[in-house]
Amino acid sequence: MNTVYMDNNATTRVAPEVVEVMLPYYSDLYGNPSSMHTFGGQVGRAVEEARGRIASLLGARPDELIFTSCGTESDSTAILSALQSFPEKRHIVTTRVEHPAVKNLCESLDKLTGHKHRITQLPVNSDGTLDLALYEESLSDETAIVSAMWANNETGVIFPIKEMAEIAKSRGILFHTDAVQAVGKIPINLSQVPIDFLSLSGHKLHAPKGIGVLYVRKGTPFVPFIIGGHQEHGRRGGTENVASIVGLGKACDMAAKQMQDENTRVKALRDKLEDGLLASIPHALLNGHKTLRLPNTTNISFEYVEGEAILLHLDRFGICASSGSACTSGSLEPSHVMRAMGVPFTAAHGSIRLSLSVYNTEAEVDFVLEKLPPVIAQLREMSPFWKSEHKGKIGSSQCKCSCS
Amino acid sequence: MWEYTDKVRDHFMNPRNVGEIENADGIGEVGSLACGDALTLYFKLDDTGKIADAKFKTFGCASAIASSSALTEMIKGIPLEEAEKITNQDIAEYLGGLPKEKMHCSVMGREALEAAIAYYRGIPLPMAEGEVVCECFGVTDLEVKRAIEENKLQTVEEITNFTKAGGGCGKCIPRLEEILREVRHEAKPLILDQRPGRLTTLQKIKRIEEVLEREVRPALRKDGGDIELIDVDGDFVIVSLRGACGTCKKSQTTLKEYVEKKLREQVLDTLIVEEGK
Repeated sequence: MNTVYMDNNATTRVAPEVVEVMLPYYSDLYGNPSSMHTFGGQVGRAVEEARGRIASLLGARPDELIFTSCGTESDSTAILSALQSFPEKRHIVTTRVEHPAVKNLCESLDKLTGHKHRITQLPVNSDGTLDLALYEESLSDETAIVSAMWANNETGVIFPIKEMAEIAKSRGILFHTDAVQAVGKIPINLSQVPIDFLSLSGHKLHAPKGIGVLYVRKGTPFVPFIIGGHQEHGRRGGTENVASIVGLGKACDMAAKQMQDENTRVKALRDKLEDGLLASIPHALLNGHKTLRLPNTTNISFEYVEGEAILLHLDRFGICASSGSACTSGSLEPSHVMRAMGVPFTAAHGSIRLSLSVYNTEAEVDFVLEKLPPVIAQLREMSPFWKSEHKGKIGSSQCKCSCS
Repeated sequence: MWEYTDKVRDHFMNPRNVGEIENADGIGEVGSLACGDALTLYFKLDDTGKIADAKFKTFGCASAIASSSALTEMIKGIPLEEAEKITNQDIAEYLGGLPKEKMHCSVMGREALEAAIAYYRGIPLPMAEGEVVCECFGVTDLEVKRAIEENKLQTVEEITNFTKAGGGCGKCIPRLEEILREVRHEAKPLILDQRPGRLTTLQKIKRIEEVLEREVRPALRKDGGDIELIDVDGDFVIVSLRGACGTCKKSQTTLKEYVEKKLREQVLDTLIVEEGK
C-alpha cells in the first residue's frame, strides 16, 4: 500500500539530498569540530558552512544562530533567558494557541523558577487571528518577553509577527517567536523584522529530527540554558550534532529554492483539496482564516463525527493526517487551539488537519478527495446525532464545562 | 497511535448491529456531543423475555464504536436479567482489552445498557440519582464509586480513564480523591515536606519581621515613615508603607531597591516585595 503523507506539520520526510550530504559525517568525517587537528577542523568548517546557509534563509547573521536539539529546547532557552536577563520583570505575554512547547512552559514557570509570574494568554478570533489592539494593551513595564508563534501548527494561521515585534521593540520588550511551522514555508527576513529570538526545528522542513536552531539577535541579552563546554561560543554546551547540522544547512538551501513552488504549486494542491472536501461533504467547516495562512495547511471540521474514527479509516487507505479531537491525544477535551477559536463542540471533535509538502502530488489529492467523503458518510450513518433533532445534550449527562 | 487489539479494530471497521429499532422495548442514551462520545442503544425482547434484537448508534472514537458493537453482540439472545449483569470489564474482555485511557468507552456501553433497561422498566436511572461530581462530563458520585469498586481503581488518574471524571477543568479532582479514600477506607495520608533547606511560611514570616524590625524600620523612621508586614504568600511579601512613605513618590523604589534587597540578602533570595492595596 502506498503512503499518502499529508501530516507534514507533524514531521516531514527527510529529503534524499539531505540524507546524502549527512552520510559522510556518520562514517569518515567523525571528527569533533572543537578539535585542534585538521581532521576535526574540516568538520568544524562544515558546521560553519551550514550555519551560513541557515542564516541566509532567515536573513540573519551566522553568529546569531545557536544550534539546539529541537524547537522545544529553543523555545525554553529563549523564554528562560529573557526571564533571567530581567529578573525583576515577571509578566509574559503569549497566546492561547501556542504549541505546548511554549504554552506548558509558561504555565509551569512558577514551579520552575520559584517566582510568581503573570501570564497573559491572548485570545484569538474565531478565524484564529489575533487582535493587535488587545495585544498592545496587554504589554506593560513588567513584561519581560512576548512569545507568539509565527504560524499555528493546527490551522496554519499566520500572526502579524512584524507588527507585533515592532510594537514590543518600541516598548523595550523582548520578543520571541516560535517559527517552527513558518520557516521554509513562507519568506522570513529577520533584517526587516525586529524580533529578538526565533525558534526553528529541522524536521519540519525536510531535515532530520533532533536538530533545532535558536536565533538570538546580536545585542539581545542572553543567558544559556544548557551549560557546559564552550560550543556555540558558550551559549549552548554539548558537542554539535554535526551530521544533522549539515543536513539542516542543505534543507534550508532547498527550502529557499522551493519557496516559490511551495507557495504556488503546493498551495494550489491544498486549495484543490480543501475546496473539494468542503464542496462534496455537507456540514464541513474550515477552521482558520482563509488567506492569512500557511500555503500547505488545511483544517476542516466534519460535524457529528469524531476525529480518531476518521483517522483510522483514512489509515486503512494509507492516508496520514491528524486531528484536534480529544481521543487522538489521550486527553478528554478537544485541542486547545480549537477551543480558543470557539469552534463548537459539534465540530471540534471532528476536526481533521491535512498538511502538505513539496512531495505531494495531484494524484494524491485526488485520492483523498475520493476516499474521505465516503468515510464521513459512513461514520455519520452510525452517529446518533446525524439528521436527528439532537443538537447538543442528551441522556442524563449534563455537559456544562466552564473551562473552555 | 493507540494500540488496539485486532478484535477492537474488527468491531470498529465492521461494526455489528448499527441502526435503530422501531418500537424498541428499551432505549438508552448516554454521553453527548460536547463530551466527544455518545451512544444510543436499542433492544427488543421476545415473548420469553430474552433480548431478540439489539442495535446501536454511536458518535465517538474507534473504541467507543467497537465497545458499542461488542455490547450488542453480547446481549443478543440472552435474558434481560442476565444482560443486566454485564459489567464494563466484560465488554473490555470481549474485545481482548482496551487501552487504559479508553476504558471509559466500555463504561459508556454498560451505562447505555442500564439506561435502556431502566427505560424498559419505567424506572429512573439509578446512577443518575447521585450527586454530579464532574460537571464537565456529567459524572455522578455513584458512577465514580462503582467504577472504583468494580475495577479496583487506585488513583484519580484511573478514575478519569474509566469515567472521564476529572478529565476536563480538573476542579473536581479533590472530591475524587475524597471519594477514592472513602471507598477504599483509607485515611488521609500525611504528606511531609522534606525538601531540605526550605523555610516554612512561619519561619519566613519570623525572619522577615526580624529584618524589618532590625534594619528597615529604623531607616524608614528617620524619614518619618514606617512599614507593616501584611502577608506572606509563597515568595510574595505583601507590605504596607505608612507615614511619610505612604505618600512618597519614591516609595516603589524604596520597596524594590531597599526593602526587597535587604530581605533577599538576609532571608531568601527569591522573595518579591509588593505593596498591599
